[in-house]
Amino acid sequence: MDTDLSSQDRKDLDKFIKFFALKTVQVIVQARLGEKICTRSSSSPTGSDWFNLAIKDIPEVTHEAKKALAGQLPAVGRSMCVEISLKTSEGDSMELEIWCLEMNEKCDKEIKVSYTVYNRLSLLLKSLLAITRVTPAYRLSRKQGHEYVILYRIYFGEVQLSGLGEGFQTVRVGTVGTPVGTITLSCAYRINLAFMSTRAGEDNGAVYPSVEDSQEVCTTSFSTSPPSQLSSSRLSYQPAALGVGSADMGYPVLFAGGLNAAHPHQLIGPGKEGGVPPVPNQPAHGTQADQERMCTPLDGVHYSAATPSSSEDTETVSNSSEGKCGSPHDLLETIFIRKVGAFVNKPINQVTMANLDIPFAMFAPKNVELEDNDPMVNPPESPETESPLQGSLHSEGSSGSSTGNTHDDFVMIDFKPAFSKDDILPMDLGTFYREFQNPPQLSSLSIDIGAQSMAEDLDSLPEKLAVHEKNVKEFDAFVETLQ
Amino acid sequence: MVGPGRSRCCGPSGAAPAMNCRAEVLEVSVEGRQVEEAMLAVLHTILLHRSTGKFHYKKEGTYSIGTVGTQDVDCDFIDFAYVRVSSEELDRALRKAVGEFKNALRGSGSDGMGQISLEFYQKKKSRWPFSDECIPWELWTIKVNVVNLANEQERQICREKVGEKLCEKTINIVELMNRHEYLPKMPTQSEVDNVFDTSLKDVQPYLYKISYQITDSLGTSVTTTMRRLIKDTLAL
Repeated sequence: MDTDLSSQDRKDLDKFIKFFALKTVQVIVQARLGEKICTRSSSSPTGSDWFNLAIKDIPEVTHEAKKALAGQLPAVGRSMCVEISLKTSEGDSMELEIWCLEMNEKCDKEIKVSYTVYNRLSLLLKSLLAITRVTPAYRLSRKQGHEYVILYRIYFGEVQLSGLGEGFQTVRVGTVGTPVGTITLSCAYRINLAFMSTRAGEDNGAVYPSVEDSQEVCTTSFSTSPPSQLSSSRLSYQPAALGVGSADMGYPVLFAGGLNAAHPHQLIGPGKEGGVPPVPNQPAHGTQADQERMCTPLDGVHYSAATPSSSEDTETVSNSSEGKCGSPHDLLETIFIRKVGAFVNKPINQVTMANLDIPFAMFAPKNVELEDNDPMVNPPESPETESPLQGSLHSEGSSGSSTGNTHDDFVMIDFKPAFSKDDILPMDLGTFYREFQNPPQLSSLSIDIGAQSMAEDLDSLPEKLAVHEKNVKEFDAFVETLQ
Repeated sequence: MVGPGRSRCCGPSGAAPAMNCRAEVLEVSVEGRQVEEAMLAVLHTILLHRSTGKFHYKKEGTYSIGTVGTQDVDCDFIDFAYVRVSSEELDRALRKAVGEFKNALRGSGSDGMGQISLEFYQKKKSRWPFSDECIPWELWTIKVNVVNLANEQERQICREKVGEKLCEKTINIVELMNRHEYLPKMPTQSEVDNVFDTSLKDVQPYLYKISYQITDSLGTSVTTTMRRLIKDTLAL
């Protein structure tokens, strides 16, 4: 079959299929990031835009796609699949769609590889761009954020559609015939969005039963939540929700490593007895965590607390996910990561006030770090954590505050009004504001006046009317001067 | 001038669509304020598939192709988002045509029914004194029915329903595009203007023209208007 194809054509075809597969994954994942995508047209060919389309390459996505392919190409019986799933803040997850890049045996020997196949693959990518916006998962992904996130998973091998529930629908994006087979791109998507709980059992502290098997699992899930939603949700994070734990965030989920076509999606397949761990980012044990760290260079701080040096730390993380705060500091470190890119985490200690999207961040106390000292984050009743801010507040509050009292239930924050500077006037804007914040009541509104009875007012009315009637002419003259 | 229902080519011979011109018809029912977005969504989706990067011809008859960028567009009055080619010139041209169609739909004599057509054609050079012939090879017709809604609840339902409908239309369009039926051959440098619209600076769609018809309550065509959206030589 292949003898009719020249070696150069065969090489070109393999290259086209490989890069088509990589670009397909990029288009699908980027369409689920939750943000609008915009790339520029360029009249001059850059030589690096495959299929003459401006599709950016997210390095981590390319990396994982290449890992899933492991040097192979989609062929008959070997499909490349991108699974898109949803995970809630409570840990429930649900597969939403499976995008399949398949090859069948129907060959088109007459087709020109370097011209026709290439152009048709370009057309197919455009179709993919269009279709990724019309499946139900697109709208869900645009609204992801605090309540749920969208995850993706790439695997290679047999297509697994069982996780999509009953009555899933299929849409064919398109086909391209080649001399070695016909490439087909399609999407199977769930239409029954009723949630199936996939949470693990209620046993606190238990390591999830299938985590041990995860060593053989081929891939795990990656979050596609955009950084803007993550950071804003983090800043408004309330202590009351702390009990949800690291499962609340679930980004980014790390790559478990290894490929096993037989069990491609054990980590996130729903409907298993006893529940499947909803947060595959919890490493099973140390060695795996190390591998994860290597695979995803940006996971650093997220797992600096959660990455176990011993197996006990795994329990800490899973305990925290069940609401127990063994170490509030660790818990907070796990949760609060500054995401500066879809797959980029910035270490906590690099986050400065100025980086964060709060108003007048520059005017907040500069000698502290937000995560450790934000009163919204760090509830006053956790005694183990001592924040420098709290310490300084207690010392400054008595001098700077107009009330002068430091109540145990309140966190005093030194009032620094915008645009005020301490060294210009003896009395700065803040002091002025505090002093004149509570002006005295107007005398006419005082209670003494109001104590007069209604009856007295009514009695005095006739006298007042008589006086006014005498002066009618004066009043009229006054009115005329106004006209 | 042009007779009703004909897509006019550039030449005195108002030829009917060629025998191998495939024609596709899409129908949508929308509220008045949704007309513009619905039409733009469909036209942009079609033109996304029918636009390529700018050709740069080199010696020895080879050419390189520029890069087509894309961007997401969210509709304001419809629960729908679509992808269009990143070309402001192309977007302006489509908005102009759709704007005229929308105004014509609103005009008197209209019962809220009309259709807008997007035709792709090739130019065939003829010798003097004959002008070039336009041969359509693909015709997309979008039939529009404008509905009037009574209250906000109906409008909200309409937002969702029209969004779902446009999803279906997108899938239809993609299915038809991927049948890989006739496409003009890639032209030589001297012939490129007979196949592509080379007037845009960033992308290169196939030569196209947009026309529309408004139907009155009797079902007959009230207005037939042709708009040329490409710089072209006029008929003798």
